[in-house]
Amino acid sequence: MTTDVERSTDDDVVAIPLRHPWRWVAAAAVIVVLGLLFNSLWTNENIQKQYIWQFVFDPRILKGVWITLIVTIISMVVATILAIILAIMRMSANPVLRGVSFLYIWFFRGTPLLVQIVFWGYLGLLYKQISLGVPLTDFHIFAVDTNTLIPALVGGVIALSLNEAAYAAEIVRAGLLSIDHGQREAAYSLGMGPGYTLRRIILPQSMKVIIPPMGNETISMLKNTSLLAVVAVPELYTASSQISSGNLRQVELLIVASLWYLFITSVLSVPQFYLERYYARGNSRQLPPTPYQQLKQNIARMRGRADNRRVAAKAREEMSA
Amino acid sequence: MNDTDLMVDARGVRKWFGTHEVLKSISLTIPRGEVLSLLGPSGSGKSTFLRCINHLEAIDGGRIYVDDELIGYKERGDKIYEMKPREIAKQRRKIGMVFQRFNLFPHMTALGNIIDAPMGVNGESKEEATAQALQLLDRVGLADRADAYPAQLSGGQQQRVAIARALAMKPKLMLFDEPTSALDPELVGDVLDVMRDLAKSGMTMIVVTHEIGFSREVADRMVFMDDGIVVEAGAPNDVLDNPQHPRTQAFLESVL
Ligand SMILES: Nc1ncnc2c1ncn2[C@@H]1O[C@H](COP(=O)(O)OP(=O)(O)O)[C@@H](O)[C@H]1O
Ligand SMILES: [Mg+2]
Repeated sequence: MTTDVERSTDDDVVAIPLRHPWRWVAAAAVIVVLGLLFNSLWTNENIQKQYIWQFVFDPRILKGVWITLIVTIISMVVATILAIILAIMRMSANPVLRGVSFLYIWFFRGTPLLVQIVFWGYLGLLYKQISLGVPLTDFHIFAVDTNTLIPALVGGVIALSLNEAAYAAEIVRAGLLSIDHGQREAAYSLGMGPGYTLRRIILPQSMKVIIPPMGNETISMLKNTSLLAVVAVPELYTASSQISSGNLRQVELLIVASLWYLFITSVLSVPQFYLERYYARGNSRQLPPTPYQQLKQNIARMRGRADNRRVAAKAREEMSA
Repeated sequence: MNDTDLMVDARGVRKWFGTHEVLKSISLTIPRGEVLSLLGPSGSGKSTFLRCINHLEAIDGGRIYVDDELIGYKERGDKIYEMKPREIAKQRRKIGMVFQRFNLFPHMTALGNIIDAPMGVNGESKEEATAQALQLLDRVGLADRADAYPAQLSGGQQQRVAIARALAMKPKLMLFDEPTSALDPELVGDVLDVMRDLAKSGMTMIVVTHEIGFSREVADRMVFMDDGIVVEAGAPNDVLDNPQHPRTQAFLESVL
């Protein structure tokens, strides 16, 4: 045995990180396929790219984007609140509440969303006026035209919210059921009441189970807002199809709309990430890094790798010297 | 109702799960300040009895009085009425409970676990609750772990936080259901130390435990339960060294 190379005095781990060559191969393959696909679209003479650029920031499209985003957010918020109430009713000891919740979910999941939207849109045909008064008498505190009280946009939001609540209720229920029974017992033994226990102990813990599927639901909701076209709400899809029926550039305007849907989907995944992170506190020993932290880590790791290479090269030089 | 010297007065307590009678007329009194050790084979009804005392389980027969108050029901004349959830919650505030599986709230820090009920239930201010919680954490030897989440604590540390959490409600009675059974052997001592101190401070305690040494040293009285009845009761050393009943003898032979 020859003499050892000088050992590093501290015992820091300076291992050269494991290489992952297949990652690079996979990445290269994906880039090639995407490139071919993109190229075939890009060079397609039937698609006039200038129309895409011309309309992507058209005021009608931008207004549509805005309406789509607002309708999605409001409908999801209302649906989530309703869903929590429905889930609690479904799990309550009161058989009437359980029954009502069951029927609600059965009805709104069992009929097509499109039908529900049209129904709310045509409510004015069914009830000419909506009034508040004493039933079965002519006494009214107020009475308004249904179409004034519920314009298409509001009707659309109601339809989307009520429908979504039925699905979300089951997600919330699954979340509530996922919490160990010992949590409720511990809360009760401390003198917490059922409502307080639900609010402070059970619901916050269920969130880590509820949020990922609710992210899915939000994205479905975003795309379902396009169904409001049937009641002429000028959201993104309606706006783009109105423009294309004028200039007959259907494909280009569908691409414009799709680009915006993709963009909003990406934007909406940001709050989801931070919500998940917030409700993961205490659950894992280390929270997942934010994108910024991840970037910093990656840079540090690359630097580390370069340093290691330099150290190794130096050691080799000294050996051969 | 005038104050008696009894903290717990259980009279003929019965409990069924379906057709299975788990508690068969348990009568037991616990004077204020006493530490009672409850011993018995698995499935004998020890946990169920503790859970009946703070009405986590409703009893099917008999009466349980804690601090001279009937638990879970109101007596008017010769009829008894079910209590509202809010009134039951109020009764539970003076009965602390420590579980085998700790049951800390994982989404709150150690400090958060301790101050939540005093603030949310008793309406204490945050400063007040925090000051008291830090004192309690110090008392259980975890002053430096206030900001740790349960997942970052060892089992023994979690159980000590759970004890502090129960004590923060200033209970008059503490129920311990096998508080050290889920712990690695080397962590049991710290938890027992905390319980020993608590007993010295005069707390009335019912402790279900298989830690015979602890019972001998700390308990004033030991009760042996089997199959839903109290088989034998007496001073721990008498019950352990000179059991009268064959069932007690058989059980002790199997565990010692
Ligand atoms: N929620 C429940 N439903 C049905 N049976 C139960 C329930 N809790 C406990 N039991 C039964 O009651 C008996 C006593 O249980 P337990 O009080 O936990 O005994 P111990 O704590 O002495 O081991 C056991 O036979 C157990 O299976
Ligand atoms: Mg038990």
